Amino acid sequence: MTIQNDMRTPLKKVRGLGAARDGTEHFWHQRLTAALNIPLTFILFGVVAATFGLGFEETRALFANPIIGLLLAAAIINIAWHMKLGMQMVIEDYVHSDGMKALLLLANNAYCAAVALIALYALIKLALLG
Amino acid sequence: MRPRPLSPHLQIYKPIPSMMMSILHRLTGVGLYFGMAIVALFLLALAGGEGGHDLFSELFGSIIGIVVLFLFSWVLFHHMLGGVRHLVWDFGHLLSREESRSTSMALPAVSLVMTVICWLIAWLLV
Repeated sequence: MTIQNDMRTPLKKVRGLGAARDGTEHFWHQRLTAALNIPLTFILFGVVAATFGLGFEETRALFANPIIGLLLAAAIINIAWHMKLGMQMVIEDYVHSDGMKALLLLANNAYCAAVALIALYALIKLALLG
Repeated sequence: MRPRPLSPHLQIYKPIPSMMMSILHRLTGVGLYFGMAIVALFLLALAGGEGGHDLFSELFGSIIGIVVLFLFSWVLFHHMLGGVRHLVWDFGHLLSREESRSTSMALPAVSLVMTVICWLIAWLLV
């Protein structure tokens, strides 16, 4: 019998080393953000609809409201994460060359991050200018 | 190496409702993905000042702009209801052939009705 100089079990050593490098996080986050998106999307729709016919100052005041601003920020973060996960799945399903796949996956992350950062910057600016 | 021969793909299948709604769920998702750039730019323009606000109210105050917004919201609600169907399936319900077929057939109509109702509520309140 050989001396085992490693306390880790065989399962512990291979965990996280599969082809995908992770487990069910993608599936779970997809569903979690999907469910959260239901109320958040209605809020986004409602706020955009409420700006119809408003002048600049009134619209700015609406977005400067802390409750509306925070809910919209939550919606943006949740939507951006859902977008990233969804487009990642589409790319992985349809793009088969490794180089192009890697490039598109990076572009996907960059685009979703850009959408989130631009929207959050604007929301913070609107909130601080009041 | 020559490209290997491929087996027949999607084109050999008869289009059925559940398949069409599956494709449409992806397409609407991709549409919303790119549409979110407009939402981000709208917020940026609004934060930029009165000029940005006026530009967007002119764009989306026109007939074409309102039609685009309406279609965008239809796509949004279609994807939302399609997603609800997925969440229901995840819990093991509505998976039979008949249920899958009937909910697929209902999806475009139900999402359109939902879109119209949301716009009516918005229009009545504003």
